[in-house]
Amino acid sequence: MKKSVFYGLYILIAILIVLPFFIPNAFYMDLVIRMAINAVIVLGLNLLIGFAGQISLGHAGFLGIGAYASAVLPTHFGWHPLLAMGAGAAVTGLLAALVARPIFKLKGHYLAMATLGLGIIINITIRNEGTWTGGPDGMPVPSLGLFGFDLTSDKHWYWVVALLLSISVWASLNLIDSPFGRALRALHGSEVASQVVGVDIVRYKVAIFVLSAVFASLMGSVTAHYVGFVTPNLADFFHSIELVTMVVIGGMASVYGSIVGAVLLTALPQALATFEGWETVAFGAILMLCMIFMPKGLVPTLAAKFGKGEQ
Amino acid sequence: MLAEFLQFLFSGLTVGATYALAALGFTLIYNASNVINFAQGEFIMLGGMLAVFFTMSGLPLPVALVLAIIVPAIIGVLVEKLAIEPVKGAETVTLIIITIGASLVIRGLVQVWLGKNTHSLPAFSGDEPIHILGATLLPQSLWVLGVTALVVIALWYFFSRTLQGKAMLATSFNRTAAELVGINTGWVLFMSFAMSAALGALGGILVTPITLTSYDVGIMLGLKGFVAAVVGGLGNGLGAVVGGLLVGILEAMGAGYISSSYKDAIPFVLILLILFFMPRGLFGGKSTDRV
Repeated sequence: MKKSVFYGLYILIAILIVLPFFIPNAFYMDLVIRMAINAVIVLGLNLLIGFAGQISLGHAGFLGIGAYASAVLPTHFGWHPLLAMGAGAAVTGLLAALVARPIFKLKGHYLAMATLGLGIIINITIRNEGTWTGGPDGMPVPSLGLFGFDLTSDKHWYWVVALLLSISVWASLNLIDSPFGRALRALHGSEVASQVVGVDIVRYKVAIFVLSAVFASLMGSVTAHYVGFVTPNLADFFHSIELVTMVVIGGMASVYGSIVGAVLLTALPQALATFEGWETVAFGAILMLCMIFMPKGLVPTLAAKFGKGEQ
Repeated sequence: MLAEFLQFLFSGLTVGATYALAALGFTLIYNASNVINFAQGEFIMLGGMLAVFFTMSGLPLPVALVLAIIVPAIIGVLVEKLAIEPVKGAETVTLIIITIGASLVIRGLVQVWLGKNTHSLPAFSGDEPIHILGATLLPQSLWVLGVTALVVIALWYFFSRTLQGKAMLATSFNRTAAELVGINTGWVLFMSFAMSAALGALGGILVTPITLTSYDVGIMLGLKGFVAAVVGGLGNGLGAVVGGLLVGILEAMGAGYISSSYKDAIPFVLILLILFFMPRGLFGGKSTDRV
């Protein structure tokens, strides 16, 4: 990998620094913050889909665990929000590892089915345990206090989220270039060949799956604190699909594609809101058209067209 | 005790038959193209909703039912021609997203066109329940089970006794070899999508008088059909039927004896257990991969 890949990171940081001066009002500020949060989740998911060649149809479930840990633990048990966030991430990581180990010994796309099932079970549990979670109506989340300072204004949230996004991009780029990342790519290329040269495929796949699940859980906590309210919709099957779609439309195995995918698909429902009643049709049609005409996703397709690959 | 058990068994078998038909649909398409068709559930919804729409617009019931099977079959073929065929050989993730896109389009169109209300169909032969050992059985349940049994027998006949059926089986074993002996694999793909949409729609129609229908019932029904197909060993026809009935029965028993609010979670707990302990499903054969 060339060092030029990191130029993208510098450009991203520059954009994140000047962007707030061009955001006209609170509506767009909110949209941008949600785009950045989604971008971090999608980065993690893309490591799994793009580099390990596996698909998770239950990532929203992990997001839900993080979000509800941040809502339930401080509200009902008086935990510090950061502790609650950590607990959510730990539970998610354990759960992901527990499910992934037996699944990854199998060939094919069994992870898709297992995560699908897991996500739905998590969502149903959240909906049914109303005494703790508020059931289908959701529940309020206490604000996140950091170093004696309450995070409430959108401006502050923007900088927190921008920082998280920059760190995630930097970490992803490094990870891809590390021995771990090379092993992952080898694995996507040919599992048997990578096994022959000594890559412990099950261990690597489990590690990347756990990592992406923990990413989702942490950002679920961030979402919960930012919005100040959680509902089970955060953890439903449709949201899982949205996340996978962001990965695929932006471009599998493309770090910057993840950001583009998250930005476009977070904005899409807003853009479609004017076609009242037709949002679902439009969303579905866009998905199909993108996949038929640009199966590699936006960023890799455009990069190939202009002769500059990401790698 | 026995009455209660029988009651749960009857309702489990009835929904289970719908899952079985959906699972057969998944199996047909998976065998012909290795695609997992996430739009399968929408054909179940389409069957029920179109049957309601056609009967409301004054068509006699039999005509309405036949149309409610033919129209989804045509839509299934359209999905295959317009969205699956152009991306032949794409990655599984891509194909999954395309079928999810198709399901959103179908659901969205039905929502715009027929609204968000819940609908029902009159039962085919009355609502007078039949009493068996203290449990009650709706005549419609007999319709569901009877028609499903007929369909399974017809499919068995088709695949084991007719040239077309054997051509489809051959394609699922080895596409290239099938092409070499002159089988039109394009036609096989066409037939699989038509048949699997029709099977889904049939299940949707049969069960609507009991469970009602609306534009958004397809997701859950489809996912459970998918679970049934995997439980039976993905790609195995007999497995799909047994898987469907098993998922239906366990769901009804779980709802009755454990907790009705966790009813929808039961098939998904089942799929996790199957994947952990019997990853090839109940009837899946061993498979080896070529490098």
